[in-house]
Amino acid sequence: MPATFSRRGLLAFGLLGGALVVGVRIPLRSARAAGPAPLMPNGFIRIDPQGAITFIMPDTEFGQGIYTSAGMLIAEELEVGLDQVAFEAAPPDTGQYHTAMRAYVSPLLGEQATGGSTSIRGDWKRLRQAGAQVRTMLIAAAARQWHVDPATCHADRAEVIGPDGRRASYGSLVEAAAAQPVPDDVPLKPASQFKLIGHRQPRVDTPAKVDGSLQFGIDVRLPDMKIGTVLACPVIGGRLRSVDEEAAKRVPGVRDVVRLDDAVAVIGDHFWAAKQGLAALDPQWDEGPHAGLQIADIVHAQAEASDREPEVIAKEEGDARAAIKGAAKTVSAAYQMPFLSHAPMEPVNATLHVRSDGADLWVGTQVPVRARNTVAQVTGLPPEKVQVHNYLMGGAFGRRLDVDYITQAAAIAKQVPYPVKIVWTREEDIQRDLLRPYYYDRLSGGLDGQGRITGWTHHGTGSSVMARWQPKGMQKDGKLDPDTVEGATETPYGIPAMRVGFTRVEPPGITTAWWRGVGATHNVFMVESFMDELAAAAGKDPVAFRRDMIGDNARARAVLDLAAEKSGWGQKLPAGVGRGVSLQLSFGSFLAHVLEVEVTSRGEVHLRRAVVAVDCGTAVQPDGVVAQIEGGLIFGLSAALYNEITVQDGRIQQSNFNNYRVLRIDEAPRIEVHMIRNDEGPGGIGETGTVAAAPALVNAIYAATGKRLRRLPIGNQLVGA
Amino acid sequence: MLTLSINGTSHQVDVPDDMPLLWVLRDVIGLTGTKFGCGIAQCGACTVHLDGQAVRSCVLPASLAQGRDVKTIEAMAQDPVGQKVQRAWLDLEVVQCGYCQSGQIMSATALLTTTPKPNDADIDAAMAGNICRCGTYVRIREAIKRAGEA
Repeated sequence: MPATFSRRGLLAFGLLGGALVVGVRIPLRSARAAGPAPLMPNGFIRIDPQGAITFIMPDTEFGQGIYTSAGMLIAEELEVGLDQVAFEAAPPDTGQYHTAMRAYVSPLLGEQATGGSTSIRGDWKRLRQAGAQVRTMLIAAAARQWHVDPATCHADRAEVIGPDGRRASYGSLVEAAAAQPVPDDVPLKPASQFKLIGHRQPRVDTPAKVDGSLQFGIDVRLPDMKIGTVLACPVIGGRLRSVDEEAAKRVPGVRDVVRLDDAVAVIGDHFWAAKQGLAALDPQWDEGPHAGLQIADIVHAQAEASDREPEVIAKEEGDARAAIKGAAKTVSAAYQMPFLSHAPMEPVNATLHVRSDGADLWVGTQVPVRARNTVAQVTGLPPEKVQVHNYLMGGAFGRRLDVDYITQAAAIAKQVPYPVKIVWTREEDIQRDLLRPYYYDRLSGGLDGQGRITGWTHHGTGSSVMARWQPKGMQKDGKLDPDTVEGATETPYGIPAMRVGFTRVEPPGITTAWWRGVGATHNVFMVESFMDELAAAAGKDPVAFRRDMIGDNARARAVLDLAAEKSGWGQKLPAGVGRGVSLQLSFGSFLAHVLEVEVTSRGEVHLRRAVVAVDCGTAVQPDGVVAQIEGGLIFGLSAALYNEITVQDGRIQQSNFNNYRVLRIDEAPRIEVHMIRNDEGPGGIGETGTVAAAPALVNAIYAATGKRLRRLPIGNQLVGA
Repeated sequence: MLTLSINGTSHQVDVPDDMPLLWVLRDVIGLTGTKFGCGIAQCGACTVHLDGQAVRSCVLPASLAQGRDVKTIEAMAQDPVGQKVQRAWLDLEVVQCGYCQSGQIMSATALLTTTPKPNDADIDAAMAGNICRCGTYVRIREAIKRAGEA
């Protein structure tokens, strides 16, 4: 369905079958037609007198299914079906939209942001509470009208039902419910009464994704809109010197050339004109201070740092160094993980209309407040004059936690009088991405005569994302980024003496960013690779060795045992085939992964079968948990097998899916996910599959070949080896 | 001026002959279900049908689509095989972010139209050109088999 404008200039689209609307975006305080006001006692639910029920989602949707699973939390207590609800993205909220101040701030992240597998954990109480609050008010209103005790009434599918079977729809009760007190701390259902939570629900966002009607940010079309594309200096940190503007303007359909300090944009009637115009510009660059930057120099700086005393100690338990020195056997190893790009399927884009009295931004962002604020800053407009229309995203993986592309688009849009959509080419998307940090870590461990770990040291090096992105999240006098040691300080194992430190080494000119799996992807690779090396040194089976070190962590042992059992661990395998295991406790979830690979005589790795056992506590949407683990594994396996971003002479060397390969269907393994169900609080799940991918892969390759790969990606390291 | 038949409707468009069909669909005609992913026929997000065959519209000059029948994701609900594919995609909850799924569904529909009961090798051959960053391949494979049985 094409975009349409209402008279207030707001974009509405995406009407699906039935009552479901995904993505209609109306500001919460929009002027409404005369008549009774909608019921909206908290920031998450709006019921209008005609009965339309809308959930305002604090979390942004980029494929993880959060509209469905967070919606289930509200619906469970509100007593409505997901099929009776419309969904809209929460606006950027700094308190001005609703009396529930800063309602949309993530309780775990401390700002209005979606990331780090925090959504369900942050929503678990507040969204159920929001639903219970509104249900209580509706029941109280009906009971009052019927002169009965509210305790004799109940609610089901958007109706209140009285003791005599009388029914009143939620819409008919809106006005009376609004006069009821807003209750705090309403008791929540016990798990035994859940109707939705724990039971597979159809996803609310997918019907419009299979018929092509769902509009992503890149699909925005506005009256008089033009389309632009951008080329930034190919050398990191370089500046624009000159362009042949006339050559671009000779291309049919080109409208304007806009110069920025470090980039040039061409705007045309359509993307093709803009792209052809850009190709004609022949831009000249001042390459700046990083023109001699090489990947080897960056790695060398980190390798050197890893040999020194850590800049900050994150964990010191017992005397690990003495324990290693006095051990029967010692093992040391250094591991490397590359810079990575996000490369979501939807290239980054932003559409803006900047006017003297305000601006509109149409975009997919994980951080709507940051998006609004950067437009305000670039245009000089007050933030409240910037309207953000947030869209479902075609993948994010952390890319859309940054707003650099919105900042740039605003700088372009303020120079033209018309609405303009800025779309990056895939080449720009990869070469101007903000990168997952490069990590170079050194681990040492000691084993006693029985082959048990006596001491463990881990020194990581690399960039800190937190120091740039959220400095207030730094710990230990600003020296420790907790993300850099996530999964290193807290492991599933009972190791008697541990010393974990980190040294921050910032690569010149390169901006680093969050990437799916965040800190755990880094450290679980290190820890689980090293556990395998210790197991080999101890002469023990990798599963048995881990099991022996788990101690009294029953949930960790249960997933490890289940993955071993379901994978047939210990079975004899054909030559060239091996199985690797990894175990993790991350984002509040326990997960064990056994991956089976075949390494051919030509050194090619075939992924045969992945078996995952997971305990994420309460699984709100069980099929969503499975889907996230399947997808997370594929994402992590793509990276572990193929992906790295490298720099030569200050230029990023990868540019598109031909040289930044993504796993394809014929390369994907079979995947089985086995869940351990319980009523523990829900753990995060979106990142967990990605975390589990690389360590099981290198451990499987070791099992298949006897070759221990300590550097990612696998690439062609096994070819001719 | 080019004349293009898209989803059964004739469109007159004033665009350069070498302009890829993708941009004619998205930016000129306004059919945005067909997606831009890479621009070099590496990812399959832009897949459409040209006389029933799956092609990458990001590298197909619009002039070459003249006189031929172009079908996009927006027409699949009216296509008997496309319908089955869309149904299977929903039943098995294939979709995550959904951005690549227009292309996936176009490739799967073309496959099932010529090969109603594809085996794994058929699926690999027909679908390996479509990247999914969310990693929905396990379910795509199952959904194609399901649609083939429907």
